[in-house]
Amino acid sequence: MVVFDKPHALTDAPMHYCPGCTHGIVHRLVAEVIDELGIEGKTIGVAPVGCSVMAYNYFACDMIEAAHGRAPAVATGVKRADPENHVVFTYQGDGDLASIGMAETVHAAARNENITVIFINNAIYGMTGGQMAPTSLPGQVTQTSPYGRDTNHCGFPIKVCELLSELDGPEYLTRVTVNSVKNIKTAKAAIKKAFQNQIDGKGFSLVEVLSSCPTNWGMTPQKALEWIDEKMIPYYPLGVYKDRSAAKEETK
Amino acid sequence: MITVSDKVLMKGNEAIAEAAIIAGCRHYFGYPITPQTEVAAYMAKRMPKIGGCFLQAESEIAAINMVYGVASTGKRVMTSSSSPGISLKGEGLSYLAGSDLPALVVNVQRGGPGLGGIQPSQSDYFQATRAGGHGDFKMIVLAPASVQEMAELTVKGFDLADKYRMTTMLLADGTMGQMMEPVALNELKVGAPVEKPWATTGTKLEREHNIVNSLFLDPAALEQTNFERFDRYKTIEENETMYEEYLMDDADIAIAAFGIAARVSKNAIDEARKDGIKVGMIRPITLWPFPVVPFRKAADQVKAMISVELSMGQMIEDVRLATECKVPVTLCNRVGGMIPSPEQVLESIRTAAAKIGGAN
Repeated sequence: MVVFDKPHALTDAPMHYCPGCTHGIVHRLVAEVIDELGIEGKTIGVAPVGCSVMAYNYFACDMIEAAHGRAPAVATGVKRADPENHVVFTYQGDGDLASIGMAETVHAAARNENITVIFINNAIYGMTGGQMAPTSLPGQVTQTSPYGRDTNHCGFPIKVCELLSELDGPEYLTRVTVNSVKNIKTAKAAIKKAFQNQIDGKGFSLVEVLSSCPTNWGMTPQKALEWIDEKMIPYYPLGVYKDRSAAKEETK
Repeated sequence: MITVSDKVLMKGNEAIAEAAIIAGCRHYFGYPITPQTEVAAYMAKRMPKIGGCFLQAESEIAAINMVYGVASTGKRVMTSSSSPGISLKGEGLSYLAGSDLPALVVNVQRGGPGLGGIQPSQSDYFQATRAGGHGDFKMIVLAPASVQEMAELTVKGFDLADKYRMTTMLLADGTMGQMMEPVALNELKVGAPVEKPWATTGTKLEREHNIVNSLFLDPAALEQTNFERFDRYKTIEENETMYEEYLMDDADIAIAAFGIAARVSKNAIDEARKDGIKVGMIRPITLWPFPVVPFRKAADQVKAMISVELSMGQMIEDVRLATECKVPVTLCNRVGGMIPSPEQVLESIRTAAAKIGGAN
């Protein structure tokens, strides 16, 4: 009896991610959700620029590689090309989504664009070797903040879910993490909801996943998972920041 | 013969929009900028009525990436802008090229550089024909000289984009966009649809996944994509070059001009002919591919050439390259939104005629 298998929505291509990186977990969760919802044949994914730039090799559905930060705009085009038959998701990191692509992110959310956004927040630029991200924590040492992020000099991290929750547009905004079995289960439920919302025509759904980068944080994989609990979650509290449909239910 | 009733009076910008709809384009993304906003306004009115999508993007950058998204699904899609906005689209133009996606991009040029002005210009010639963005790539560049051509070249632009999987740029200017002329829309001919097996429309679990992508980390593989693309460009150069010749049969002097500059030049040529100066014109309709053949031929026939441009002299370089500098080429120009007058062009013709001793 098979008790554990690779999701159909993942290809056999070996992933290039570093040992201990949580991209692999999130890829798997997205693929499991695509399988469970039976939508692989109509799903089109949009990969970012960053560590997950080659996500197009790993997801078995049709895939598009976007310019840095532009995935929500590309996804808007793909969705609008055939709103009834396309399920569209973007998979983006923090530099892509919250720095160079912030305008595209905010406006896709404001339009309540009917797409699903998977947002990997690991507080660092991974692909280019560990530079300060828009989500790097105050005091965090990176290649471009070697003395620690000085908020007097380069400002404060951006809390994406909190920021977008002020907009009337988006349907669903939630922050999860994948540093424990319990948290992985919560993350999967959130990702599933974010896809189901799109299928139900509810609109823009973003799942922010606090993720680890052992390589660029300079930690063991185990220590990196602990760092999420110790440092990231206090700054980026987990939870649902917006769930319009649920809120409507409550007020009935 | 076309009767007047077959024609409608339209602004150039509106003719582009209606021709795009006739060509089967149902997706338009844009950001307001003078002097091309009528394209967006027209699309905003029409698209919802015909089941299409008009969406005002948050920036030119977003607009070109929405174009990238629709183009990935194989549907006809366009954006339009004017000079400063086209600079912002440069990134997207490069990605469209790298991913071999078809799209129509309209540039209704205005004076530059920087914010420049809002009056007509042709100073984005280099940007359109040389460097629309980073990397080795070309766009097919079409230069209309009438409102009718605005419509015809829009349709042609979509057909060429699909045929060669690349961006066609319609390079107009503020005059072409704003002027009103009669247009025979019923004469527009749309080419047969092109199969797009590469499109990302969902696998339906019936095929391997399609990937739209411009990333090739293996340099040999990336080199190969460049070689293949330039093989395609060669085919385009051989088969798709378009130009118009005006009174070239006996010409001693040839004017090179496109768009509004060609319209002005025609008046000057007619005046000069009255004085017995044998002057003609080669009007490139495709700026890339540049019509090298008629210029090469003319180089063995005429004694002087004049490039009439609304720029500091950009197309003149292509004229010199095509003629291998066999004949002297002078520049007759105005910039910053100014347009050369027929008198100014006529003066250039007379100067050239005097130099070659041609006023007979």
